[in-house]
Amino acid sequence: MFTPRARAAGIVAALTVVTAACGAAPSTQQTTQASQGGVNAATATSAADFGGLDKLVEAAKKEGALHVIALPPDWANYGEIIEKFQTKYGIKIESETPDAASADEINAVKTRKGQDRAPDVLDLGQSFAISGAAEGLFAPYKVQTFDKIPEGQKEPTGLWVNDYGGYVSIGCDAKKIKTCPASFADLLKPEYKGQVAMNGNPTESGSAFAGVYAAAIASGGSFDDIQPGIDFFKKLKEAGNYNPVETTPATIENGETKISIDWDYNNAAYAPQLTAKGIDWKVNVPSDGKYFQMYAQAINKDAPHPAAARLWQEYLYSDEGQNLYLKGFARPVLLPAMTAAGTVDQALAANLPAVDGEPAFPTTAQVDAAKAKLAAGWDTAISG
Amino acid sequence: MSRSGTEARPGSGTEARPGSGSRGWLGALPLLAFFALVFGVPAIVLVAGAFTAQGRPSLANLSQSLQGGYLTAMLGSVRLSAVVALLGAVLGTFLAHAIVTSRGTMLREAVLTASGVLANFGGVPLAFFWIATLGNSGVVSGLIGLPSGSLYTFWGLVVVYLYFSVPLMVLAMAPALDGLRPQWREAAANSGATTWHYWRFVALPVLAPAMLGGVVLLFGGAFSAYATANAMVGTVVPLVTLKIASALTGDVLIGYENIALALSLDMVVVAGLVMAIYLPLQRRTSRWLH
Repeated sequence: MFTPRARAAGIVAALTVVTAACGAAPSTQQTTQASQGGVNAATATSAADFGGLDKLVEAAKKEGALHVIALPPDWANYGEIIEKFQTKYGIKIESETPDAASADEINAVKTRKGQDRAPDVLDLGQSFAISGAAEGLFAPYKVQTFDKIPEGQKEPTGLWVNDYGGYVSIGCDAKKIKTCPASFADLLKPEYKGQVAMNGNPTESGSAFAGVYAAAIASGGSFDDIQPGIDFFKKLKEAGNYNPVETTPATIENGETKISIDWDYNNAAYAPQLTAKGIDWKVNVPSDGKYFQMYAQAINKDAPHPAAARLWQEYLYSDEGQNLYLKGFARPVLLPAMTAAGTVDQALAANLPAVDGEPAFPTTAQVDAAKAKLAAGWDTAISG
Repeated sequence: MSRSGTEARPGSGTEARPGSGSRGWLGALPLLAFFALVFGVPAIVLVAGAFTAQGRPSLANLSQSLQGGYLTAMLGSVRLSAVVALLGAVLGTFLAHAIVTSRGTMLREAVLTASGVLANFGGVPLAFFWIATLGNSGVVSGLIGLPSGSLYTFWGLVVVYLYFSVPLMVLAMAPALDGLRPQWREAAANSGATTWHYWRFVALPVLAPAMLGGVVLLFGGAFSAYATANAMVGTVVPLVTLKIASALTGDVLIGYENIALALSLDMVVVAGLVMAIYLPLQRRTSRWLH
């Protein structure tokens, strides 16, 4: 039936499959560096535990690498932040799947527990930071500037800390649109037929979800009631103004998404790129629906490079790191403190889209309820 | 082609060498191990997850996956895939017939090569290609005065899916059409058959297995497509793959993973049903080939 050669080939193939299966899950937990010089980097809760920032830098340099995930180079200036960190400390950053979502980050932490290629640090949507902390996935760590971060924008033990955020804004191609919309009410005008797009689908994309929340606030809803926002988009769809295409710099350039609801730091960051291509991209924070949301930073409890992970946090919350966020048009969490202390880069702060008033934040329970409502009602409102 | 009949049933004759059956299994072991690993393990995870809610065995995910927006999305996917499969099969068959019977080999080679490329054209690039052509500010939509938003509808998506489905059908049908011998047509004509008779009683029965296979292929392709629809229509056209993506990944929903697994299981069932319809039909039509 089978020649010996064929059988041998079969056995070789079988062995290959078996070894490949084993190789797929390397479990090289780095126990060696866990306790160098009497300091256990994996349990250190502040730079003081290392004996100061210099000692932390030393420990991180010994590890030599940092594994990050879901940090798009054109999002909140992460490209430059990564580059500056690498040159400053000589630590190589392996940036994996830049376009991953928060759910993917949490999955990576869970499924690669104990592996060398698990992510060291995470940049998460607020609700994922809270649920991840509740599941015990993060290490508590207080950066040196921890006390300056406002209450409510950090977990008390430092399991997560807000890093940067922005307002929902309306970007608009001022060369093709006569009057740029300045409020959600404006978006319903017939002159914007087929023009109003979002950065994705609100049941998936954080910025689109925020867009619906902001629309709710603009249309008589509140943090407790997102339904008016869903109804707003239903009206927008019925008026023929809703454009389902997911906004990217490419769709803006091509003129397909002339109006886009997105975080102000995304819209503002597109502007200089687009100016070079002859597009005048204007950004307005809507006057009737202001919604501000921050992302959160956390350290993987089982980080393969625990010291480098902690140094990354110290860098992000240093004046230098926070100003780099600002350079990407994101509002860093320490902006008020740095403005008071005069350490903020004034020129960069002046570039931010103007907003009056102080931001307010919904509670976790309010956000969860809004999401459940959205998941149930969005499709029926917008489909057809 | 199932080779039914008694003369060639493997393992039934006395001439088979003793023990060859068990040794045959041994040879297939690597393949089986491979399947168990890359197909079996995910399938088990899928089924186990679909029947688990809050850590306990439950039917909650499955029943939720068959209600409200999820059901709408499932029906939307089935409707879209069925329309694409039928239209694609008809158009693809006519195109394949036209090029197979044309005299120019250049044309034939060109169309087949282009089909090979286009059948694999998908994802976001495909969506952007159409947006740039027939979108609200597309190059062609301005010329033909297309009203805004007309690409971002059910029928717009059908057109986009046909763009890769028709070439796929051409690739599936061309070899079968090559198999139609001119002598059959001549024989039919000599016996007094009209063109209609020839197609109805000779050609179509011979082509039917390949056509059915093509329909199933197109259905599967449209049913599982995701990236193009996501970039082009968002949630305006409800589709099950988009619902799975929202539940499984993203920055918004937490704790919907098992509903995504239940939805995937529903998809497996639908694909299974399509195959269950296809297989008996295929067996019936392939009788003509013997």
